[in-house]
Amino acid sequence: MSATTRRSTIIAFLGPSVLTLIIIGIGPLLYAVWTSLHYFNLTKLKQVEFIGVENYATVLSDSAFWDAMGRTFLLLGISLPIQIVLGLCIALLLHQPGLTFLKTITRLSLVLPMATTYAVVGLLGQVMFNLNYGVVNQLFGFIGFDPINWLGDPTNAFITIIFWDIWQWTPFVTLVLLAGLTTVPSEIEEAAKLETKRWTTILRYIQLPYLLPALTAVLILRTADTLKLFDMVFTLTRGGPGASTELISLLIQRVGFRAFDQGLASAQAIILLLVTIVLSQLYIRLLYKEVR
Amino acid sequence: MSTAIQAGASHRIGVQLLLLLLIILFCVFPFYWMVTTSLKTQVLALESPPVWVFEPTFANYTEVLGKDGVGKTLINSLIVAVSTTVLAVLLGCPAAYALARFEFRGKKDLWFWFITNRMVSPIVLALPFFLIVRQVGLLDTHLVLILIYLTFNLPIVIWICTDQFRAVPFDLNEAAMLEGASQWRIFRSICLPLAMPGVAVSAIFSFIFSWNELMYALVLTRNEAKTAPAMAVSFMEGYNLPYGKIMATSTLIVIPVVVFALIASKHLVRGLTMGAVK
Repeated sequence: MSATTRRSTIIAFLGPSVLTLIIIGIGPLLYAVWTSLHYFNLTKLKQVEFIGVENYATVLSDSAFWDAMGRTFLLLGISLPIQIVLGLCIALLLHQPGLTFLKTITRLSLVLPMATTYAVVGLLGQVMFNLNYGVVNQLFGFIGFDPINWLGDPTNAFITIIFWDIWQWTPFVTLVLLAGLTTVPSEIEEAAKLETKRWTTILRYIQLPYLLPALTAVLILRTADTLKLFDMVFTLTRGGPGASTELISLLIQRVGFRAFDQGLASAQAIILLLVTIVLSQLYIRLLYKEVR
Repeated sequence: MSTAIQAGASHRIGVQLLLLLLIILFCVFPFYWMVTTSLKTQVLALESPPVWVFEPTFANYTEVLGKDGVGKTLINSLIVAVSTTVLAVLLGCPAAYALARFEFRGKKDLWFWFITNRMVSPIVLALPFFLIVRQVGLLDTHLVLILIYLTFNLPIVIWICTDQFRAVPFDLNEAAMLEGASQWRIFRSICLPLAMPGVAVSAIFSFIFSWNELMYALVLTRNEAKTAPAMAVSFMEGYNLPYGKIMATSTLIVIPVVVFALIASKHLVRGLTMGAVK
């Protein structure tokens, strides 16, 4: 019947949303490309002029841009492995039989960090990691540590960001991997359990193949989300102290809205967009075998 | 020997119990701290080291809702989140139906485009959107946020609903077509009612994402259309931060999201991975 569906019908169904996305999504993007080819400063709007790819050249040779990219990937490189290891352990724990009620409660509490407004996570971070009034330093004090200046020191501030990223997104990794674990046919799993008692063997040879799609999804989505990460870091550190926690989105926001150089910021954003498009391609290629 | 196995098993259960309680504590503690801090007076909140047992007060809530105008920003958030969700569902459902039922050229590209929308950093759109909106004088209006939130809500709704429409048996379509029903009739009266659970889940997602959003709100609003997260951030200026008030506002923001997220908790994975992992 698909072949008989008339063109006008398809347009009627799809048209409104495609048109909307073109107007609000593609339109502004084209404008961003235009801006990126101009000297465009919000404080000197009279001097807007075409300068070709100069902004791009500036961005590519700008150490601040690459530092911010580097920090973004450093955050990803540290927190993602921790999230995957922790997430896998928790998922395996939840997958075990027994204690059903407590496991349901656990699963529900895993939803809390994911649902928390990102901006609130940052605010909460300020309260809990405060040098003098923070509960974290109090807890550290119980086990004999001196108070740590979490948010005032570049390295510690970065560690704080990592902590909250892990707090908020380990549950996501857990639930995705748990969903992957449930795709293992139970006969195969039962049979393997009769053969061996070592859970590592079962994980490696029975469960891992079924977990691959989930792991791929986690890898790509976490990468994209780290490149998007703004709210939590902005409310927690505003990128500081210095530029020690200035991730790529924060840098672009600062250049565009606090240094008012929209041209340069647009060039940075377009480069970020290109990275994102490559990631999305990977996501499709690896996860949707048949494009349905 | 059987007692040894039993001892081993109950030992294992004991370890499991302990680990589960630890995980719950880890997830819930920040929440506990947010709520208790919101019930402290400023003096109490600045106590060093922090106090755990105290006389709770609702003064922060009455103050932020009354004097500071957080109530208005919550209403703004509600207006924006509900409107954008309604629009996303109205526009997205027919599109999802088309993707699930029709074959046409360019379907693959359309699909790819929707995924890219899930990945694009909001800052990429925030820059040009700000310039355009400023020029047409729509800065600081609900409409702007409602529209820009569609860039991430519409793809989510289309994705989840496409999945749902595919699950509706195709025979129903064919039977209805033999009766001479138009595609629109089939969509409206047969498929849409059956796909309602998916539509509801996608609406919840759309609401949560819009309600939680900060960056666009920060860039595109000032006073009139300021949303609650942007309001919470504006408390952060100055030297002596009003911790109790900040946490009271945060609690007010987070509670509705948590309720919705718990309702949709079974579908979180599908929603967040756009159907790649079910």
